[in-house]
Amino acid sequence: MSWEIVIGLETHAQLQTKSKIFSGSSIAFGAEPNVQANAVDIALPGVLPVLNREAVVCAIKFGLAVGATIAPRSIFARKNYFYPDLPKGYQISQFEIPVVQGGGLAIRQGEQEKFVHLTRAHLEEDAGKSLHEDFHGKSGIDLNRAGTPLLEIVTEPDMRSSAEAVAYARALHALVQWIGICDGNMQEGSFRCDANVSVRRPGEPLGTRREIKNLNSFRFMQQAIDFEVQWQINEIVEGRAIRQATVLFDPDTGETRAMRSKEDAHDYRYFPDPDLLPLEIGAGWIAEVKSGLPELPQAMQARFQVEYGLSAYDAAILTASRAMADYYVAAVTVAGAANGKAVANWIMGELAARLNKNDMDVAASPISAAQLAGLIQRIADNTISNNIAKKVFEALWNGEGRSADEIIELQGLKQITDSGAIEKIIDEVLTANQKSVEEFRAGKEKAFNALVGQAMKATKGKANPQQVNDLLKKKLGG
Amino acid sequence: MSLTPEDVSRIALLSRIELSAAERESTRGQLNGILGFIEQLQAVDTAGIEPMAHAVDVVQRLRPDVVTESDRRADFQAVAPETEAGLYLVPKVIE
Repeated sequence: MSWEIVIGLETHAQLQTKSKIFSGSSIAFGAEPNVQANAVDIALPGVLPVLNREAVVCAIKFGLAVGATIAPRSIFARKNYFYPDLPKGYQISQFEIPVVQGGGLAIRQGEQEKFVHLTRAHLEEDAGKSLHEDFHGKSGIDLNRAGTPLLEIVTEPDMRSSAEAVAYARALHALVQWIGICDGNMQEGSFRCDANVSVRRPGEPLGTRREIKNLNSFRFMQQAIDFEVQWQINEIVEGRAIRQATVLFDPDTGETRAMRSKEDAHDYRYFPDPDLLPLEIGAGWIAEVKSGLPELPQAMQARFQVEYGLSAYDAAILTASRAMADYYVAAVTVAGAANGKAVANWIMGELAARLNKNDMDVAASPISAAQLAGLIQRIADNTISNNIAKKVFEALWNGEGRSADEIIELQGLKQITDSGAIEKIIDEVLTANQKSVEEFRAGKEKAFNALVGQAMKATKGKANPQQVNDLLKKKLGG
Repeated sequence: MSLTPEDVSRIALLSRIELSAAERESTRGQLNGILGFIEQLQAVDTAGIEPMAHAVDVVQRLRPDVVTESDRRADFQAVAPETEAGLYLVPKVIE
């Protein structure tokens, strides 16, 4: 009998503001411990939180981008628990009425598309950091991160495999960077995921879930979920019930292990924070934020298909990140809409392969979009063949010239299209390769290709291959 | 509804408050008294009334996203029980 895997994700995206969500401290990364922790952040008596407008703008942007309802009125709540890196003894979050409600994200695996529904996204503050090592039996507390604005984005339990969970996380990661609300830096903890995982027999009610905390890479997410699923199935098969728990993934062993038995929501004793009034977001404010949003990936995909004749698959690849989309748009603007498909092919083929090999992002590509467009224009107008274009690409990558034109000129790569010149070369080739000519006349098709090859070689690949074909056929037929 | 001694112990644990057996009994009496008030409140018919999050009918004021605070670590740490290398030191906490 088969098992069904059920996964829901909670993601904490650190918002790209300058100051904290409830105070005027900086949130810049990498500062000395506690120099960015003021009286509000360290919870001195008598301080009051004041909400950062920009954090709300980020939440509105996100809500618009995922087609959610932006709550006209949302409430901040206190989530109570005791830990030294949470100096107030509670985290300000949102509970019953979050700022973003519903919505969802289309994800793609190969040709398959799926819609992952979001439950909610709410604003909250981050906690500080505890350092457990090397303080003669004590823990060290750094409160720089305390009060950093977060948007916690919660999905419905819609995903059915680790691959789907990763596809969703990647799509979300791209989206928050696309709309400029989060820098997406996973090493620095700006984008971290928790995965709620359970298994069940198809058609049965949901199984008991365990929550894998703080997955800070897509690879770890896949490994952790795969391990957790197998562990849960083994437990059930061996007759043990799954107990709700929070688990951590250990990248060294590839295993998940329980951290503490999960306390139920009542234990956080949520209640509305009397220090903060209801957050009201009017239609006017939403419209203003909407007008400042960039074109979203979904809309851009549809436009690429219509304007440049791309397939849905190509359009999805080219909008996988803002940097990729920017590159494509810049290249196609220079090369012209008629070359839209060729530009897509070069970016997804030659360029992507080269970037991958060098572990580079498209934003850091040594070949600019305009340079690539220039190259494609020379293919389109028959100045060079596809094969020669690969040489020019190589030369551009190595910085041997400022443009395709310059390299073609410098290295004498211009395609020979003068039929007189090509005919002369073909005559020489035919004379030198009598054996192949006879074989062809005897019916060996392969001999023809050998002759084309010889002619191309004689021109150092610069002859137009189609023209060589045509002329050769004419001569051999005649 | 009334709380058992076990309920009170659990609440005390969650609140990180240590109670003696005698304190637990007196606290139980007080908490049960509070729950009695709440029962009276719950008897009121609130159908059709929108729950409120705050006693005053005012909305949240927002702050522009500007860094206004400078480093005051030295002042704050001067009154902290123990610090080292810029960190506040606390009894060891580890899961």
